[in-house]
Amino acid sequence: MPLTRRRLGALAAATLTPLARPAIAQGAPLRVGLMLPYSGTFAALGENITHAIELYLASRDNKLGGRAIQLVRLDDESSPPNAVQNVNRLLGRDRAEVMIGTVHSGVVMAMVQAAREKGVPLIIPNAGNVAATRDLCAPTIFRSSFSNWQPAYGMGRALAAQGVRKAAWITWDYAAGKESGEGFADGLKAGGAELVKVLTLPFPEVNFQPLLAQVPSLGVEAVGSFFAGGGAVQFVKEYAAAGLRERFPLCGSGFLTEGVLGPQGAAAEGIRTALHYGDGIDNPTNVKFRAAFQAKAGRPADVYAVQGYDAAQMLAAGLDAAKGDIAAEKEFVAGIRAARIDSPRGAFTLSASHNPVQDIYLREARGGENRVIGVAAAQLADPGTGCRMA
Amino acid sequence: MRIAARPGHAALALAALAIAALPFWAAPYTQQLVANALVAAMFALSLQLLVGGAGMVSLGHAAFYGIGAYAVYLLGKAGVGSFFLTLPAAAALGGLAALLVGLFAVRARGFYFLMITLAFGQMLFFLFHDTPLGGGKDGVFVARPALAAFGLDIAVPRRARAAASLWVNLAVLAGLYLFCLWFMRTLYGRALQGIRANEHRMQALGFDTARLRLGVFAIAGAAAAIAGHQAAMTEAFVNPDLLGWHQSAQALLMVLLGGIGALHGPILGAFAYVGIVELAQIVTERQRLVQGAVILLAVLLLRRGLAGVFPLARAP
Amino acid sequence: MLGAQLLNGIQHGLLLFLISAGLTLIFGVLGMINLAHGAMFMLGAYLAFAVVGAGAPLWLAFPAAILGGVALGAVLERGLFRWFREREHLDQVLLTFALILLFEEARAALFGNAFHGVPVPALLDFSVRVTADFAYSAYRLAVLAACLVIAALLFLVLERTRTGAAIRAAAEKPDMLDLLGMDARRIHTIVFAAGTALAVLAGALAAPLTSVYPNMGEGFLIVAFVVVIVGGAGSVAGAFWTALMIGMVDTLGKAYVPALAGLAIYVLMAAVLLWRPAGLFARG
Repeated sequence: MPLTRRRLGALAAATLTPLARPAIAQGAPLRVGLMLPYSGTFAALGENITHAIELYLASRDNKLGGRAIQLVRLDDESSPPNAVQNVNRLLGRDRAEVMIGTVHSGVVMAMVQAAREKGVPLIIPNAGNVAATRDLCAPTIFRSSFSNWQPAYGMGRALAAQGVRKAAWITWDYAAGKESGEGFADGLKAGGAELVKVLTLPFPEVNFQPLLAQVPSLGVEAVGSFFAGGGAVQFVKEYAAAGLRERFPLCGSGFLTEGVLGPQGAAAEGIRTALHYGDGIDNPTNVKFRAAFQAKAGRPADVYAVQGYDAAQMLAAGLDAAKGDIAAEKEFVAGIRAARIDSPRGAFTLSASHNPVQDIYLREARGGENRVIGVAAAQLADPGTGCRMA
Repeated sequence: MRIAARPGHAALALAALAIAALPFWAAPYTQQLVANALVAAMFALSLQLLVGGAGMVSLGHAAFYGIGAYAVYLLGKAGVGSFFLTLPAAAALGGLAALLVGLFAVRARGFYFLMITLAFGQMLFFLFHDTPLGGGKDGVFVARPALAAFGLDIAVPRRARAAASLWVNLAVLAGLYLFCLWFMRTLYGRALQGIRANEHRMQALGFDTARLRLGVFAIAGAAAAIAGHQAAMTEAFVNPDLLGWHQSAQALLMVLLGGIGALHGPILGAFAYVGIVELAQIVTERQRLVQGAVILLAVLLLRRGLAGVFPLARAP
Repeated sequence: MLGAQLLNGIQHGLLLFLISAGLTLIFGVLGMINLAHGAMFMLGAYLAFAVVGAGAPLWLAFPAAILGGVALGAVLERGLFRWFREREHLDQVLLTFALILLFEEARAALFGNAFHGVPVPALLDFSVRVTADFAYSAYRLAVLAACLVIAALLFLVLERTRTGAAIRAAAEKPDMLDLLGMDARRIHTIVFAAGTALAVLAGALAAPLTSVYPNMGEGFLIVAFVVVIVGGAGSVAGAFWTALMIGMVDTLGKAYVPALAGLAIYVLMAAVLLWRPAGLFARG
């Protein structure tokens, strides 16, 4: 961020005032902190989420619940070691009163921790760690995206419905990979099938060869996987190059083919994935949203943009109910809990643990698009095990 | 290595008082920043025992720092939560790990020593990164050790947490500095200085240099673990990167910035580095550029470090 | 399946050899710790990405990598490292660490931070059946062959030419060059330039296999140091066999014991250090 007088002033204020007094007067704008990756591998996602939030705010004249909104951006660089310090900066130095963030599951935990300790409202527009809406849930923590368990569960159900009895799971050895794997296993079980083997490699390595060479001897009929971004490109291409696609069809959580079909090319053609968004959803909200996003950001909307848009909608629901007063926590929380979000993905409500209850679509990669061909799991709620909230 | 004389120590004591007074006029964010700087100073000081004290440049020192931090996590899981138990336990764990690594490492000198410490540091990093021991590669939140002993429990209210962190860190840093001060003045400490100057001569004089170097390696490891313990206590979060070689390199930078030639140098270097990074954060998002430029300038220009600019003692 | 894994291990090890060969020579002859060596690998990979992105065929990136690597190495040695040879290790470590940061920043400024795939050249974009149900990418086989050829050339130069003899002498005893009346500084520049070029070339060759992404050189850097320690500093033959061994250990480890695969290399290193501290193939 460039050096501005406002930032210098904020730094001076933060250094010299012993007590950070929140702005209570209705006249003062509400400071909404966006802690997102604006640099690093996930920068495009951070930008898309921000564009979508700004889009929604513009449609509400930048006022929610009668209160003007001031967005404060902080680049978290998708760096877990710096996460705690960055949250401190956002809340202490930049005096944000509401947090929206972030993309990386390792970073979001620091935000979850701060929300639990300090009661600051947090709306998560992407990171899917199940903990945020399970054992670490809290009244002021909400999510507008998904839990890692949901899309993979949908894929498991769909696979079992196609007649597969035994499958394997390949992923990176980190939270998102593990939690998706559990969802996949649960989905298979619900459909009468079985997950027989999990193969992992450390994140973010891309030396898949040792794992791919094991696939033929596993005794499975299909292989599910979770990879995202560049790793997904590499994996799909190598899977095809190893000649595995005919005998062991590849599928997985939607991120395997989300935003990466171009580089993946022919290797991805026909791959089925499950996600809460896809190409070809033609409800009026989606059509309008996609047009507006394209006009504002100069590129097509993706699942991250939708999640950002819905995070803004959820914030609006809370502030409308609280009449702009962020200190009225009960009303704020009740407002979001009761809301029915008119999302481009299809309308959804929130589960008791504050995660979206949504349709998981089954998509097929065809001609550079992830075409929705059906619903893998309808109105799916994350189990929310271990969440203890009033 | 110069050690500050009495007027120098008076200046350091004044600085400590000024820091202790921060919670009465500064914002919580500033207090947190200074608390972090104090931890960095502890870590850099522990490295100074090796670099300035014995001439051993290690690229794996952060492994012991990280072990100290993870000790808080592991001890917490085992139900041990009192500061007065976790701090010595962390030091012991760090010292033990350093002793084991040292058995391999101190056989080597110069470049080999550097590379071997780098490699072992990475091994310990992977131990916490890839295995379930560390609770995950993205790190894990820990409960801060409580100031509780013999039934007396000083509970810290949330509002005072930043101040409490600051004061505890200041106390530990002071204790560590006083220990180093005492240590460098003993025969052992002076022998190490002799080793740094000319190891062969010390061997000719009859000193078992290998054993001495192993000893200081273990002591420095224990000191680093103390710093790591404080890091965990300050942030309530531990992650495998604390053991990584980038962390080691940053500590080396702080030692260089402050000046290898003075015992108090790393303290200056740590504060300077934390301050520069924080200021740079406001100006630009290109953090690596700032870091790289600072290091480059420090290596090229600041031959004697900041302690050369603020000498607190004459050369011995 | 074992056959496929052996092939994987050999290919991985040979690539590691290209990177380590340069490092062991630089270290053995110049006595310099160059932490930025991994960044050279990164530069080579991004060079390949840029070449293909500009529409040119991939193979153009290879001579470009060699020439670029030689030029960069020579400039760095004469302009910067020469003055640091006599400096403390601390200074060398920090200097080369700073270089890593600056190279990464330059990469971010030029190419951004996204993960990019580099397409395999159309000529080699097919698979060869290795077993009944596992195929091997032809490009991987080509890289394997290329690494073997380069290794052979390296051995030829070192064993059969006068410069090579001088380099081997210098690797064994750095003062030897002065004693023999040879221009030590020229040899230093040659070694540094050649070592850098090898790493850059390795990056260009590997780009379609690994894709390009931030910090990609890191993983190879540390393992390369392990190869140098275990193989013996200054010994290219040592680096060759060690790199192959480590490639196998790493691959088989990842296939059968993934949680411990990261540690396996270091355990190996510890074992070697206990038994033969100067390295498996150290001279004298």
